[in-house]
Amino acid sequence: MAVSNKPIVWGPFAAGGTLTAFLTPVLVLLTLLAALGHAPDLLAYDRLHAFAGHWLVKLALAGTVFLSLWSAAHRLRITCYDLGIRADTWVAAIVYAGALAGSGAAVLYLARI
Amino acid sequence: MAEEVKRKPYVRPVTSEWIFRHPRYIRYMVREFSCLFIGAWTLLMVWGLKQLAQGPQAWAAFLELLQHPVSIAFHLAALAFAVYHSVTWFNLTPKALPVQRGEAFVPDGAISGAHFAVWAVLSLAVLFLAGAF
Repeated sequence: MAVSNKPIVWGPFAAGGTLTAFLTPVLVLLTLLAALGHAPDLLAYDRLHAFAGHWLVKLALAGTVFLSLWSAAHRLRITCYDLGIRADTWVAAIVYAGALAGSGAAVLYLARI
Repeated sequence: MAEEVKRKPYVRPVTSEWIFRHPRYIRYMVREFSCLFIGAWTLLMVWGLKQLAQGPQAWAAFLELLQHPVSIAFHLAALAFAVYHSVTWFNLTPKALPVQRGEAFVPDGAISGAHFAVWAVLSLAVLFLAGAF
């Protein structure tokens, strides 16, 4: 059987696609409210800092960031191919590295909270 | 023995004009472009985590930044694309997760409908818990 790394990149894509389908619209709505000057109570500094300070929440946030970025990166890779960019190896390296860098940054910042 | 091949092989040109050949392809591309908005919004949230970790002043500056007109426009677009992603994703669930009961398959509408219902309840719960109303 041919060895393929497809399941490794596709697994987090499917998981991230499902997670973002359930969560991203309502989370964007929360920050949209903040953008309109009606920030929900949770986004007050003290509350959010205490909320994000719990290890379980940190884990959930890090996981959400990773899966969201990974699924977006994977979709962007496929979209680049669809648009006629055939340097797939380069595109894949760049978008996945970007997703990992963003996730790493999130972990770093969460550790400081 | 082997004759030298003189002909020029046909190389199919790679373009992106196919997108405009059918409305279905445009809808497909709109769905795929949702990744730019979901990705960018997530990176914005990573920036928010950085500001949150820095302290109250940095967090206040982040909330201020969110209120910029460009940010409002971006959020409206991101919300529309995120919702479009959710709708297309849940509409595909009967294909990805067919459920068999005895001989028959559970109807498509029941599977996607269950996902839409969970999505609605979850969204309302998040809004409530975040104190949005």
